[in-house]
Amino acid sequence: MSERVPVLKIGDVLLVSIQVELEDQVVLELQDDLASRIVESGATGVIIDITAVEIVDSFVGRMLATTASISRLLDAQTVVVGMRPAVAITLVELGLSLGGVRTALTLEKGLEILARRGNAGPAGR
Amino acid sequence: MAYAASDRSQGPEAEGANPVTKQDISARLAELLAEQQESLGGAWVEAVARTLRGRISLAELDRELRELYAALIQGLRGDGLDWQGDAYAELRALLAELSRARARQGFTPTETATSVLAAKDVLAPADDTPAEDIRSYLQLSKLIDALGLFTLEVYAKTREEVISAQAEQLMELSTPVVKLWEGVVAVPLVGTLDSARTQVVMEKLLQALVDTGSDQAIIDITGVPAVDTEVAQHLLKTVVAARLMGADCIISGIRPQIAQTIVALGIQFGDIVTKSSLADALKHALRQNGADITRSGGTA
Repeated sequence: MSERVPVLKIGDVLLVSIQVELEDQVVLELQDDLASRIVESGATGVIIDITAVEIVDSFVGRMLATTASISRLLDAQTVVVGMRPAVAITLVELGLSLGGVRTALTLEKGLEILARRGNAGPAGR
Repeated sequence: MAYAASDRSQGPEAEGANPVTKQDISARLAELLAEQQESLGGAWVEAVARTLRGRISLAELDRELRELYAALIQGLRGDGLDWQGDAYAELRALLAELSRARARQGFTPTETATSVLAAKDVLAPADDTPAEDIRSYLQLSKLIDALGLFTLEVYAKTREEVISAQAEQLMELSTPVVKLWEGVVAVPLVGTLDSARTQVVMEKLLQALVDTGSDQAIIDITGVPAVDTEVAQHLLKTVVAARLMGADCIISGIRPQIAQTIVALGIQFGDIVTKSSLADALKHALRQNGADITRSGGTA
């Protein structure tokens, strides 16, 4: 059994820090885990930290977008943080966009975005 | 040229003798050239000096051409008329050196090639030249043509090297990423954008975002002479990549004319913020960062 990606809870936010190589199976399990954790904890935000991810392909790109869509359905906003320049360039060259996923430079800034959204109330975005 | 001046009886074969082999021709040529080295060399220098109009010192030209002359005789003796042979190695090296020097000094291709081809005029047979010497001259003329082409080739190659070196330097010089404020970086783009440059700009900008922890990036295109669909495509790519990393990108420095072109071409910048000047862009970026700009006098 390959390792699972841990989903950590910090207040209202779930933190997923991806440190392992993203194989298809790992990604599918992560989506399962994340969906159920959001429902369990009633989290309003999800941060996916990809600082350690050096290689992305179209599958990982799509995964990030799907994960964000799933979270949004469960009323949690997703922020992808720590994308490396090389990864960003690869995604652009592949013609992939992350749809409506918010991005931030660092984990700290990602948390700020979620906090601002929380304060802005139901109408805010 | 004074072929007739040489004593015909010294020739390897009598006038009208049968099949003249290539060796004979080159031996004869070498002999003739060596015999009149002083006068022919001088005439050559004079002919070339006229075309270069004093942009190179006579002494230097004299040295260059006399070296070539000697190397040519050496080549003729060793390898006959085959200019690619080993005996011509020195001549080729000298020609390459001359050609490179001329290319760097900014002489035109014609002026460079003339240095070699002028030898033909100098060596041209006179009216009373015996028929067999004319045949030799024709062979020599072919040889000189080949050498002239070789010179031009080296010239072109040198120019290409210069151009690619300059392009590389330009690439390094023309993409500085500057930090304008805490959390705001800018890239002033100067010159035409192509895919190679976009790649460099993109990489540098994104790296600067990481290094400085900035989340506002300004791309200033004041120095970009024209924006067509391709350039717009490159700009959009850079903006999207910056967004993927979590930074906002502003495009500034759009001149009135360029704005018109962009609209005429139907290019959509979507929800990308565009400003006409870098100052406006900086103001916008600071507002985004939550900074307020007021004059110290009191009125904003």
